[in-house]
Amino acid sequence: MNLMFSSGPFLPNRLVLSLLLSVALILFDHKLDGFGTTRVYLNSLVSPLQYLANLPGQLLNTSANRFVSHERLFNDNAKLTHDAMVMNGQLQRLIFLQEENDRLRSLLNSPVQDNTRKVVAELMAVDNNPYSHQIVINKGAINGVFEGQPVLDDKGIVGQIMQVSSTNSRVLLIADVTHAIPVRVARNNVRLIVSGSGSLDELLIQHVAHSSALETGDILLSSGLGNIFPEGYPVATIVSIIRDESRPFSQVRAKPIAQLDRLKYLLLLWSERTSEDKQAVKEMIPK
Amino acid sequence: MSFRNYSIALSIVIALVLQIMPMPAIADLYRPDWVLLVLSYWTLALPNRVNVGVAFFTGLILDILLGTSIGVHSFAMCLCIYVLAANYKRFRNYSVWQQSMIIGIITALYNLVIFWVQHLITDIYFLLDYLWPVLSSMVIWPWLFWLLRKIRRQLRLN
Repeated sequence: MNLMFSSGPFLPNRLVLSLLLSVALILFDHKLDGFGTTRVYLNSLVSPLQYLANLPGQLLNTSANRFVSHERLFNDNAKLTHDAMVMNGQLQRLIFLQEENDRLRSLLNSPVQDNTRKVVAELMAVDNNPYSHQIVINKGAINGVFEGQPVLDDKGIVGQIMQVSSTNSRVLLIADVTHAIPVRVARNNVRLIVSGSGSLDELLIQHVAHSSALETGDILLSSGLGNIFPEGYPVATIVSIIRDESRPFSQVRAKPIAQLDRLKYLLLLWSERTSEDKQAVKEMIPK
Repeated sequence: MSFRNYSIALSIVIALVLQIMPMPAIADLYRPDWVLLVLSYWTLALPNRVNVGVAFFTGLILDILLGTSIGVHSFAMCLCIYVLAANYKRFRNYSVWQQSMIIGIITALYNLVIFWVQHLITDIYFLLDYLWPVLSSMVIWPWLFWLLRKIRRQLRLN
């Protein structure tokens, strides 16, 4: 036992050294964004831990799946067939509308809208860091995921890819305090910026003039400005507007349309200018 | 014997896994700071093997796992482990319940330092909910202490 004479530098020196190093790393990472590509390797390095942490939940899920009753499977199947029927019906209109839209756009000499490729990803982990809202999904660099890629669920926009590692990646949710997304009101095209509030069921809209034509219940769609999110996907609905004339701006709160607290399957979007997808949509329709 | 050599590292890895394990949102709020607790135990028990250096590297891994700016958790972890390492002789003689109080203070310091650093680099605001881990860590400490001491005596680590 030589507790008194431990090797290495004296304890306070060690503390000062570590603290200085930490501060340097924080500045390097946050202010200079210096870990751009290194972060991919670092994330890949620790991803076994993430898979390990995910294992118990996954086991529970698979065992729960094994014991699903026959009746429930039957009901699910009926519901899904019904849904597929309805959606295919809408899809028939969609191709017609898309082509008409392209034609009208080319008449107006405005660029034809990009097509998008979609891939379904599954939620791997929700970060328990209380100060930021991030999730981890099971698609990474080997699936072509890139930083800044938009992520959707079946209802609306969820967030964007923040960090990529080789087999999984981290999504910053729209409810995070550091996130903001340009939107427009579906009803009258008023442009706004929706920023996160830090709580999952609330978004804030800042710098709204008292005279702006907003109403509670208005649906906000992504406006496509900023070139991160594609145009026209639902983001939030306005839940309250406080027009207090003593303040410079009205206080507007909105609720995200995507169910950020119960995410399971997510969609990743790639925008492409090819017509391959249109062909794929055509093939999906039963002859 | 290889297991003896790696048992401390293994306990830290288990703590890291527990720290990032997905949990329902209600339980998530009360998650104890597993990594800090395990490191605290080893710092009090074997301060010559686990102290500020190990805390720094564990903090870095935690930063990568949690997606915070690299350095935030290592900063807070080093500070807290330093307090324990500098006073380990005194804290070791306390009863488990008194230690539990000390651990409460240390976890509060840890959470507040993390909040403060994050507050400097992003503009988050404070919610009292962020301090629930302090309570759960205090509750879990006696059990963890008992478990880890048992492991340490079984493997005769020193």
